[in-house]
Amino acid sequence: MHLRLRHLLLPALLLSAASALAAEVAVEAGDGATERLVEALIMAKPGDTIAIGAGRFELKEGLSLQVDDVRVKGAGPDATVLSFAGQTGSGEGLLVTSNRVVLEDFAVEDPKGDGIKSKGSDQITFRNLRVVWTGGPKESNGAYGVYPVSSQHVLIDGVTVSGASDAGIYVGQSQDIVVRNSRAEYNVAGIEIENSARADVYRNVATHNAGGILVFDLPNLPVQGGHDIRVFDNDVVDNDTGNFAPKGNTVAMVPKGMGIMVMANRNVHVFGNRLSGNGTAHVLIAAYPNEYEDADYMFVPRGVYVHDNEYGAGGNAPDGEVGKIISDISGTPVPDIVWDGVTRIPEYFSWVRPENRVYVSEPKATFINLKMISQMLLPWGWWPDRDASGYAGSLPEPAPVKLPQDSGA
Amino acid sequence: MPRSRRRWPAGLRRAIPVLAALFLLAPLPAYAVSDDVILADTPPRQLSAFGFFDDLAAQKPAEGVIPFRLNTPLFSDGALKDRFVYLPAGKAAAHDATEAFDFPVGSALIKTFSFPADYREPDKDIRRIETRVLLRHADGWQAWAYLWNSEQTDAALKIAGATVPVSTVTAGGTPLDFAYSVPNKNQCKACHALDNAIVPLGPKARNLNGPFPYASGEENQLAHWAAAGILAGAPPPAEAPAVPDWRDETAPLDARARAWLDVNCAHCHRAEGPASNSGLFLTFGEKDPVRYGVRKRPVAAGKGAGANEFDILPGEPDDSILVYRVRSVEPGVMMPELGRHLADPDAVALLRAWIAAMDD
Repeated sequence: MHLRLRHLLLPALLLSAASALAAEVAVEAGDGATERLVEALIMAKPGDTIAIGAGRFELKEGLSLQVDDVRVKGAGPDATVLSFAGQTGSGEGLLVTSNRVVLEDFAVEDPKGDGIKSKGSDQITFRNLRVVWTGGPKESNGAYGVYPVSSQHVLIDGVTVSGASDAGIYVGQSQDIVVRNSRAEYNVAGIEIENSARADVYRNVATHNAGGILVFDLPNLPVQGGHDIRVFDNDVVDNDTGNFAPKGNTVAMVPKGMGIMVMANRNVHVFGNRLSGNGTAHVLIAAYPNEYEDADYMFVPRGVYVHDNEYGAGGNAPDGEVGKIISDISGTPVPDIVWDGVTRIPEYFSWVRPENRVYVSEPKATFINLKMISQMLLPWGWWPDRDASGYAGSLPEPAPVKLPQDSGA
Repeated sequence: MPRSRRRWPAGLRRAIPVLAALFLLAPLPAYAVSDDVILADTPPRQLSAFGFFDDLAAQKPAEGVIPFRLNTPLFSDGALKDRFVYLPAGKAAAHDATEAFDFPVGSALIKTFSFPADYREPDKDIRRIETRVLLRHADGWQAWAYLWNSEQTDAALKIAGATVPVSTVTAGGTPLDFAYSVPNKNQCKACHALDNAIVPLGPKARNLNGPFPYASGEENQLAHWAAAGILAGAPPPAEAPAVPDWRDETAPLDARARAWLDVNCAHCHRAEGPASNSGLFLTFGEKDPVRYGVRKRPVAAGKGAGANEFDILPGEPDDSILVYRVRSVEPGVMMPELGRHLADPDAVALLRAWIAAMDD
């Protein structure tokens, strides 16, 4: 086998120096397909399209792409399937570390770790992809389905992820992000934006996860202080899968039946979403609850504006430790919008600047401020606040995220 | 020179310009190593074309190719490793106190991976699997892997990687069969990357600062490199940084564990490395306990966390993600992600002892 490969590779290598023309490199299923796919990704030249044909490709090792300006295109997310069921190495199915890369029209099934990851990429597009763990929700599934991290200008469009043991669609430590027209189901978290700046999350469906859409900021990471996030026009419904994340992961605390959760972060806008069938709470705004050592980290949300969402039934089955903490105070059903009410101690005794406050403008929804800071400081003299009128007001909305690879949209 | 010339016979004196001209026309340098092959746009098909070895099969290096070892090496499924460095004649690498030395264009680092038929006799019946080369070009380093033929006479360029079945017997006498992975070209960079550029990992001052049994006798490697003129700006070995051999039980436990983590993990787990987003930084010089894992919560570990909340829980190795992942051989859990299929029980024991000894 290595004789044949050598003969295939060397002419390609020699050509690569001479030819700067963009080419379409076809990789069809069949004999030697996985080797040909590995080779095509390694030997790709800027401007090339790697066209993966219809069929199943059984991969033993993770794939990776390190060349700029490459399009990897399948014959459709149901037609071209990269199966990693027999994977023996690598932390993900496909890893991209280069810039201006488009991944579209294929599926990744059963990766041992994460599905499709980009690390340090600028202008990375995930379009019309499917990442699925075919055995359904399991703790042994990989953490993330679509996983851009430390990346800039991220477009996730028309992606379906199912079965991730952390987040189906996860964007971490990245800037300028659009997640739209995508579907996340049967994951622990459907869509998660973490330690990231300037994200628009819209027209997605998050259903049958433990939690639908999470906007988090965590300590002890190279990039933190997430800010300017818009979550709008999403359907966040029937998130009713028990949390199957391995214990120890931050996401393991998310209760079954969480709709949209904002933890820490700055300037987060949640509006125009349709929420129903989320048994713990439709919207939760919370501080980071764990101890940490990080002088640069802001553990409370700064500036959250929740308005004009549609709320159906919900809060009828508060789940887990978080659900119990909430419902012990609120009773059942849990109100549509829950704020833990944690502020920093100096602010508790003085005031919170307007741009750092939580605003709720939802005339038809129910609300509770758990006032957990008072609960701690004044255990015999506190009460939750159910009147949203005290939280009226608004915050200026961040401008829509514009991506260079999305100029036609 | 002019003074001594006066004593030479007149005939020879007349011949000197001719001899000098002949000398200048002769190919430079005198090494068997081909600088042209190292610097060519495309790598040769066969390892032998570089001329790194007088006897390739025996790994007997050519003149100018210097063998070296590392105080603490990377675990690669127990592979035996022969390492060599080559610099173009008259050139020297610049010393660096923390990073790999800055090698001049035309340098090469060569590493051969082999397995003995039986670890109880590790010098006998050695089967060479692959030789990896790092070539310093003007625009950066190139990484290539060569797969040895079954006759063990030469090795062929392998860009797409390979899986090689290995059969051996452990030091404990147990038969061991497994599939060894020769990395594909992209996988080389998955570890050899600093700020997204290919870099060498081994030849750092702290890991070279130790003795090597040269043909001329045992000598400190930094001193030898400096004396050979291939390393410039190095302090005396006593003043240079050093990590211990992680197996050296006379060395401090903390230094042994940190040396092991430095070599086996920190190529990715550092601020400039492929795993920077984890926030877990395992370089030998990292001083912040949270950054090297103490009570640090996982961020993207997934099932790699096991049921554990912290990378390192002081005093509790069995509740520490670090031990869980180093011990595992399950893809998606095991660390490092690449370059191994087996666990190293001795390394697991070291890390367990290190964490067990930490004050809560």
